[in-house]
Amino acid sequence: MEALTLLEWGFDGLLGLGLLWLAWRALTCPELFKAIVLFIAFGLLMALAWVRLDAPDVALAEAAIGAGLTGALLLAAFAKLSLVTGHEELKPARSEKNRIRFQHYWMPATTLLLVTAGLFYVILSLPPYAAGLSVEVASNLDTSGVSNPVTAVLLNFRGYDTLLEMVVLLLALLGVWSLGDTTIHREAAPGLVLDTLARVLVPLLILVAAYLLWVGAHAPGGAFQAGAVLGAAGVLLLLSSWRPHADLIAWPLRLMLVLGPAIFVIMAVLLYLTKGQLLEFPPAQAGILILILEAVATVSIGITLAALFLGGRPRRGKGQA
Amino acid sequence: MTLIDYLSAALLIAGAIFFLAGTLGLLRFPDVYTRLHALTKADNVGLGLIMAGLSFQAESWAVAGKLLLIWLLVLLAGASVAHLVARGALKRGIRIWKR
Repeated sequence: MEALTLLEWGFDGLLGLGLLWLAWRALTCPELFKAIVLFIAFGLLMALAWVRLDAPDVALAEAAIGAGLTGALLLAAFAKLSLVTGHEELKPARSEKNRIRFQHYWMPATTLLLVTAGLFYVILSLPPYAAGLSVEVASNLDTSGVSNPVTAVLLNFRGYDTLLEMVVLLLALLGVWSLGDTTIHREAAPGLVLDTLARVLVPLLILVAAYLLWVGAHAPGGAFQAGAVLGAAGVLLLLSSWRPHADLIAWPLRLMLVLGPAIFVIMAVLLYLTKGQLLEFPPAQAGILILILEAVATVSIGITLAALFLGGRPRRGKGQA
Repeated sequence: MTLIDYLSAALLIAGAIFFLAGTLGLLRFPDVYTRLHALTKADNVGLGLIMAGLSFQAESWAVAGKLLLIWLLVLLAGASVAHLVARGALKRGIRIWKR
């Protein structure tokens, strides 16, 4: 038993130090590509840290969104950046002018120190053990319609959090779209291996997304994790040079993007009119309402993430009428 | 410890050795192609051994089946990605290492 505890301490210590080291390297690495790879490695170790903290829901989201999809987005941005600048290796210019001077960093350094000191104070003043809101969540779990406390909090007790997160995702996509258009056209053939991989994996990924969505009611999983898997399927399709049909990128795409937030808002308004409270589900119907919300949220999140990877507002190519 | 536990431990240790060797190869081999070779050994055989060791400890056939599925998926993704990396390297004109 002693040896096992020691082993766990050693593992956690290495994990924590590794995280700090990777974060430092990712921030200070002068080569962008290396920095991105370090960031992805950081995300994977972070997911492991969440597992060690007994938070498998967060670990799933971190691995799928933090490491996977953000990594893919960064790599796509890097590819575009090197296309624009014509440089394979993007390095900052190291001239006298660009060197960071003391005056430039004493302000952020002071702010950072103050924030760190504040955080230390807050952490040290916390009671060593507190149940937090978990007791209340557990006592109200029966009325939430699901048996996984995380899903109960995210979709029922604090449903507006999830709604606002989805709006944030949509706003991010609108921001990307407002920067420019991307022509939708088929690129060069992806090669047999990538093509086969996409053909095998995409149906499987859709199945996994459905499983995660369903299992979220009573075990780790849920709309964001399922949506991330769906988004990964979309990224894989885009990588293997699949492009949506030109007819689909006008209103069908936009409808799918807003479906999740829209159903959420409609449900909130209806519940407000009938019950007098925003997003207060009647316990008898809560389960099915949460399932509907999570299903539309999964589709919208997945398509939003895939559309982000496209990197611009899709526009019909010249060859397509 | 029962016989099953010893078998599990042996498989897990063997898997860990493959991962160690793969990591060493990734760090020490001279070019991208030989590094891929080392890496895929760790991913394919090492993970397979670890999954086998873990499925002996699984509480039900369903869990063992999921572990097998994970291994098969990593095999598929690992082999394909290794091929894509190597193809990309060849296209960029990275030459194969010769002594």
